[in-house]
Amino acid sequence: MSPSNEVIDVVRLDVFRYDASRDEPPRFQTYELAAAGSTSVLEMLLKLQDEQDPSLAFRYACRGAVCGSCAMSINGRLNLACRVLLKNLDTDRLVIEPLPRLEIIKDLVVDMAPFWEKYERIRPWLHAQIDDARESRVSQRQRERIDRYVHCILCGLCYGACPMMSRNESFTGPAALAKLYRFAADSRENGRRETLVQEDAHEGVWGCRTITRCIRVCPKNVRPTDAIEGVRRKLLTQRIQDAFRRTPHED
Amino acid sequence: MIRHDVLVVGGGLAGLRAAIGLAERWDVAVISKVHPVRSHSVAAQGGINAAIGNAPEGRDDTPEQHALETVKGSDYLADQSAVATMCRLAPETIYELEHWGAPFSRFADGTIAQRPFGGAGFPRTCYAADRTGHVLLHTLYEQTVKRGIKVYDDCAVVKIAVDEGRYQGLVVYDLKRGRLEAAASRFCVLATGGYGRIYRNSTNALINTGSGVGAALLAGAAVKDLEFVQFHPTTQFGTNILITEGARGEGGVLLNAAGRRFMERYAPGLMELAPRDIVARAIQTEINEGRGFGGGYVHLDLRHLGKRKIVKRLPGIREICIDFGGIDPVDEPIPVQPGQHYSMGGIDCDATGRTAVENLYAAGECACVSVHGANRLGGNSLLETVVFGRLVAEAIDARRDDPPPEPSESVVRENLAEVTGRLDRLAGRNGVAHHEIRERLRDLLTEKVGIFRTASALAEAAAEIRALRDRYPAVSLRTPLGPFQFEILHVLELESLLYLGEITARGALARRESRGSHYRVDHVERNDRGWLKHTVARLDGGEIALRYADVDVGLYEPKQRSY
Repeated sequence: MSPSNEVIDVVRLDVFRYDASRDEPPRFQTYELAAAGSTSVLEMLLKLQDEQDPSLAFRYACRGAVCGSCAMSINGRLNLACRVLLKNLDTDRLVIEPLPRLEIIKDLVVDMAPFWEKYERIRPWLHAQIDDARESRVSQRQRERIDRYVHCILCGLCYGACPMMSRNESFTGPAALAKLYRFAADSRENGRRETLVQEDAHEGVWGCRTITRCIRVCPKNVRPTDAIEGVRRKLLTQRIQDAFRRTPHED
Repeated sequence: MIRHDVLVVGGGLAGLRAAIGLAERWDVAVISKVHPVRSHSVAAQGGINAAIGNAPEGRDDTPEQHALETVKGSDYLADQSAVATMCRLAPETIYELEHWGAPFSRFADGTIAQRPFGGAGFPRTCYAADRTGHVLLHTLYEQTVKRGIKVYDDCAVVKIAVDEGRYQGLVVYDLKRGRLEAAASRFCVLATGGYGRIYRNSTNALINTGSGVGAALLAGAAVKDLEFVQFHPTTQFGTNILITEGARGEGGVLLNAAGRRFMERYAPGLMELAPRDIVARAIQTEINEGRGFGGGYVHLDLRHLGKRKIVKRLPGIREICIDFGGIDPVDEPIPVQPGQHYSMGGIDCDATGRTAVENLYAAGECACVSVHGANRLGGNSLLETVVFGRLVAEAIDARRDDPPPEPSESVVRENLAEVTGRLDRLAGRNGVAHHEIRERLRDLLTEKVGIFRTASALAEAAAEIRALRDRYPAVSLRTPLGPFQFEILHVLELESLLYLGEITARGALARRESRGSHYRVDHVERNDRGWLKHTVARLDGGEIALRYADVDVGLYEPKQRSY
């Protein structure tokens, strides 16, 4: 348990390097570093930045897997760099690459703008206007229903992992659709119809082929595929209700 | 040049709440060195205090009781009318957050759930499992998006431009574009968070460098009470990741290596739910006197709560233990040690956020009103961010009919040129590596300005930090200006860290008493006659000058503090 009596390994890291502001092709740069088993990949990168290469770029903030800054690819697996510990990898050779399916700005830093645009597309806020003097009542069961989706930290790992993102660039993607369901399934919500209908499209919920890679990479066990299924169910219910509500002369 | 009426620096809870309050009537923008949802507010776990009386045992709770306990928890250093305001506004603040969509945990009757927290006589802490900061930050960011508030993310403020005591604008390192930008506005709200990362053993995010507090100090604002540093009793052994006080609120107990519930020796009344300063000292005493586990930790035992309760109420803690500690708290006790957690001190401001620099405001952890005094109660920091974010917005709004004149763009440009010149002078030089100075600073504060303090250790720390500051101009900058050159940011921030570290050590050395989190082994008693006052520091020709200011004690008479 004590970090001081841990075995120190020499780790070899091949890190993706690229600067979009320069006219140079991308390359891998190899570094060597001594690290104990409890060292996270983020800590290794920080050590490299301090001691070996100050130009090495990557995003970070909390180092505790709650802020969602350090999504990247580590030996081909997408994860948050802060929660991958050396001792949990079965190797001391690491290949570190940026999160796929987003433009690279520098090294491991990608341009998250498309991710945020899609997040904003679903109008991610509670649309209901609540004017009660106190809190609105929500049963524990109702709160439970959105719990999984509330946990999303918007790290973008699912966005990077989703194979449909590369086939269909305008696909809203797993994180934003999970957020949509988080609101659609909120017992306090109303007036969600418009954004639900907007996602009733090939670019929306029907763009998902249930490959479930988003579920496998999610560090918070959000299960975006389930949320997408949930939105689909809501849309079908809405269609059925609409069909019955329709007056005869409209047919 | 970036131009707005109001620039809010920092996209955490305080900053976003201020921006939301201003958005309707002002052209406001948020500048943040990370995307808002990455801000450190996201890491807050246990909850937010408000006397809304939802728990059966809390029916008699009142804002007055909340205020009284906050003042007592602060060891009487908090300004009492500001505390009263905060506690009075707490209930409506919670309802507003709830109406905006914040998914609080619920009691069986559908009301917001509340749990017991340290130093509180009633279960007063509203929560969303152990992810309260996360849900509140996401809710406020959602409201920011709803209002179309402009956010400049990946943009770090490196200097505040001031002309004759009046705020004019900011010099910003735009990390994405890889260049320095000038930004001018009539008002500025600093909401840049704490400076915990002047310590090594901190729960804080790595980005909590105190750059905003440092920039304000260098721009002529005063800082207050920096020697009051909160050490959280329970941080994960080794990583110092926070293990929420909510774990004890839910019934977790602290055990030493002999398996004894040692809090009965230190706070027989409140036991594990005594205020943080007291529990942290108790744990450190157990460790120092050889009753801890090898390496220096004690156990936080949750096993008796059962898997169901742990999974429901403390899922994030379980995740942290599994991800970073390799243990499941359902089956094993959690190894914990105290660690730096919260900066009670900060930019000196009044209850409307006003600082010594005209039109420059501060809110949240970077500010020091002071509502936490010498020791903050758990659950009061989230409350402070949202309440004072709102109050700063209202204070600026109140100046709508009489706004300050347009800022001087030329002054801001001169400041930008000064930073460019500084970077040019540092560039390519083969000097001292910035991280060597930073790491030494962190060692000094951790080892000599910690939970237990002595005059000799504090004097050594202050002197050596001063010497580090002398070495700062020789620091080397190896990378040219460009996109995401973090070395530039780290080098510029280091100056702030050094000033804040030195003021912390000097304030602690000067204060010959023990109060709240500040514990002097050589002066163990609180001394109200000599030291019931705030430490205020300013720069005078680049040198630190300390003076003292009165505490507002209008409501509650200072008393002996026992739990």
